[in-house]
Amino acid sequence: MQLTLWSYEGPPHIGAMRIAASMDGVHLVLHAPQGDTYADLLFTMIERRAQRPPVSYTSFQARELGGDTAELVKATIQATYERFKPRVLMIGESCTAELIQDQPGALAQGMGLPVPVLSLELPAYARKENWGANETFYQLIRGLLKGKVPAPGSERELRASGARPKANLLGPSALGFRCRDDIIEVTRLLDSVGVDVNVVAPLGASPEDLLRIPEADFNIRMYPELADQACHWLERMFGQPTVKTVPIGIGATREFLREVVRVAGLDVDTTKDPIWSRMPWYSRSVDSTYLTGKRVFIFADATHAVAAARIATEELGFTVVGLGTYAREFAREVREAAKGYGLEPLITDDYLEVEARVAELHPELVLGTQMERHIAKRLGIPCAVISAPAHIQDFPSRYAPQMGFEGANVIFDTWVHPLMMGLEEHLITMFREDFEFHDAATPSHLGPGARNDQPQETRSGPAESSVATDETVMAWAPEAEQELKKIPFFVRGKARRNTERFAGERGIQTITVETLYDAKAHFGR
Amino acid sequence: MTALDAQERVPSTGCAMPEVNRERGQRQVFCGLAGIVWLHRKIQDAFFLVVGSRTCAHLLQSAAGVMIFAEPRFATAILQERDLAGLADCNLELDRVVAEVLERRPDIKTLFLVGSCPSEVIKLDLDKAAERLSDVYRGRVRVLDYSASGLETTFTQGEDACLMSLVAEMPPLASGERSLLVVGTLPDVVEDQFKRLFDELGIGPVHFLPPRHATEFPPVGSGTHLLLAQPFLGETMRALQAHGATRLDAPFPFGVEGTLAWLRAATEAWGVSPEHLEAVTAPAVARARLGLARQRELLAGKRISFLPDSQLEIPIARFLWRECGMELVEVATPFLDRQLMEAELALLPSDLRLTEGQDVDRQLDRIREARPDLTVCGLGLANPLEAEGLRTKWSIELVFTPVHGFDQAADLAELFARPLARGALLKV
Repeated sequence: MQLTLWSYEGPPHIGAMRIAASMDGVHLVLHAPQGDTYADLLFTMIERRAQRPPVSYTSFQARELGGDTAELVKATIQATYERFKPRVLMIGESCTAELIQDQPGALAQGMGLPVPVLSLELPAYARKENWGANETFYQLIRGLLKGKVPAPGSERELRASGARPKANLLGPSALGFRCRDDIIEVTRLLDSVGVDVNVVAPLGASPEDLLRIPEADFNIRMYPELADQACHWLERMFGQPTVKTVPIGIGATREFLREVVRVAGLDVDTTKDPIWSRMPWYSRSVDSTYLTGKRVFIFADATHAVAAARIATEELGFTVVGLGTYAREFAREVREAAKGYGLEPLITDDYLEVEARVAELHPELVLGTQMERHIAKRLGIPCAVISAPAHIQDFPSRYAPQMGFEGANVIFDTWVHPLMMGLEEHLITMFREDFEFHDAATPSHLGPGARNDQPQETRSGPAESSVATDETVMAWAPEAEQELKKIPFFVRGKARRNTERFAGERGIQTITVETLYDAKAHFGR
Repeated sequence: MTALDAQERVPSTGCAMPEVNRERGQRQVFCGLAGIVWLHRKIQDAFFLVVGSRTCAHLLQSAAGVMIFAEPRFATAILQERDLAGLADCNLELDRVVAEVLERRPDIKTLFLVGSCPSEVIKLDLDKAAERLSDVYRGRVRVLDYSASGLETTFTQGEDACLMSLVAEMPPLASGERSLLVVGTLPDVVEDQFKRLFDELGIGPVHFLPPRHATEFPPVGSGTHLLLAQPFLGETMRALQAHGATRLDAPFPFGVEGTLAWLRAATEAWGVSPEHLEAVTAPAVARARLGLARQRELLAGKRISFLPDSQLEIPIARFLWRECGMELVEVATPFLDRQLMEAELALLPSDLRLTEGQDVDRQLDRIREARPDLTVCGLGLANPLEAEGLRTKWSIELVFTPVHGFDQAADLAELFARPLARGALLKV
């Protein structure tokens, strides 16, 4: 058993629902009890989708458990087929149905329906949402295309000379982070080097579109968490290379274009950024100087976490103080990245652990998911959301991609605006005791009341009060305590702990103003 | 509003109760776990530990939406593959998780172990677990259990199951004494209003179930008179009756008519004169009618359909039909407890289209055909119906908003008027 207060991912059948809801002409029948239909609201409320997700539930009840739930499964499948006439029917089960072992997939296969029926294995007690989406997408592609796999050893047909190369965009899905806009941006990037988009899937694709996937020259793995298995299989079976760079950030976008050009066998100069790429200049502009060394904490799915860390360090001049992911399947990528920054990666799906780490690190900016947004709000730290799980605010009505040059522009604005502006920060630091401009007053950029609900630092963070070390009680002289208050609140906890550590190591029992500045010099960043 | 417009409506009389159409098919409704979202706010020293799957945790999180105020007083002990292998280990694991919860939250006085679909199917005996853990934490934490599984409970029935688990803990009411017990979660502000009214009526002592703190259990015994504040508490009512309590038969306290009849049931039991009831309630009734008149202008003549969801459908339909002048296209309810609904059904038209159960696709077909001005439904269906040009009202708001009693009657009507007013307002 795992104690869970808030979770980053749903069960694997939610992943299957995301694939079904992304597509056209695909319907999912879930063997599930009443209550599991809550998942519909994720699509209709969080993403404001105008249609119910194409999912039908058997809604079995206790009184049916002794009897024939298999009949109920068959009746539901038949009624679903007749009503929705899907062109592919997927069959899955939620956690409870897995326990009663009706094997709805096998039942459906035996019904002789005139459309492809795909039976999904979604181990609810071992796997999670992203795994379920990745697996479902792969099974769907494999199920539809396995009959078209060319014989081993056969050559790929060469592209007609003069024809533009074609790529599939794989991975964007319902409830994904900014997928809708990333598709437009990546399409624009590809067009700029003379590559056409063949199929985008699963978002907006039909089963017929999936059948056209082999017509492309290569695949763009936009979201590895969702498309990694499918890309791998297409590479092996159809010899379609995979472009693996995810174009989030300026550096990654340039690399992505170079990789595309190489994989497509084109001779195109990609060294010049388009005129709408403003982020590099904004970051070099003198007003951005105050961003230097801002301490950021990053926690997201692996792809967005790794991309954010690179943007933060190379493109905004921040210092990454924490990096982690909830996506255990992709932990390796995050571990590698963290190593590069000299950090211990945080690989966990326990949000309490993430909160404790944020509290301990006292970052000046948190880049995370909705969960981290709540953590940051509680701790009074500015935050920007960079990854799913998302909530309604993360599906903006305006164009807001994360990928490509426009994505980098969007990221600059989204990450920089929550921070204190340079001048505001200077004034607060200079006039600590200003009667209406002090640290207990709400910083203007956080809006009214932002810090009023800040929790007492008793639970999540290490206590701010004096610590006892080696049986000697360390004390702060009143003047030192006063001086400490002049340090900006977001680094004060760290200053206190550093000073106490410094004093402890030197056997100092009373911390004076001198000790405080000695410690500052010692730990100075 | 004239004298009481409700009286213009001709209710069903005698045996001419509305016929019930039963439907069976796909449901589109929360399971009982959703009740934790309001129960944990109401009972302030209780913690709800769901023993279930990742789906349960995800459902709670989705139902709670953005209600992440702080560390919540609910959590899920997520069953994993190895827990399914052996139940003995499963119990050990549960003990470990409970210890973890109680260590984090030393302020917790009552811990509910909440059963789910998977815990039911693997036959994890939470009754026994609660007993065992009660012994372990005796004197510090009371451990109770109930099942909110979707196999057995629909949405608000989770509260019924929770309250029923409290009944066994209630101290006996001394013989010869009598008291009024109001059953069902009410917002504190409404509870206080009712308390004041009962005081002025000279009815008391009055207790509420659930209590605000799980350490303040109200007594129950043969002198206990029950007033149900919510229409989904049949099992709790029967458990209290088994302890000797008597139910005061009344409609539910929605709208002026419902609230007045509800209070009247108590005054009759206490021998309070009708004149005194009228004198005490007159100012609140006048206020409520004034407020309702404004909403009635927007609602009268508008057609409404209810999808089965919160179990509040029948009493609210009665209020909207009799006091707001709305036309009822279809009133559907997840299940019909005739015993609880008798007084309500008697106030509804005998030709009402009343549905018990759900086959969501067929129900939506009927809605598309009838095109009512307003459809009351769950969150999963609201936007798709709006996209088809049908105005909707989320039923979940009815359990999250103060809607009972005189001073909330206009607010209740306004919940239904707002989507209509908004629909008329928008030019986009």
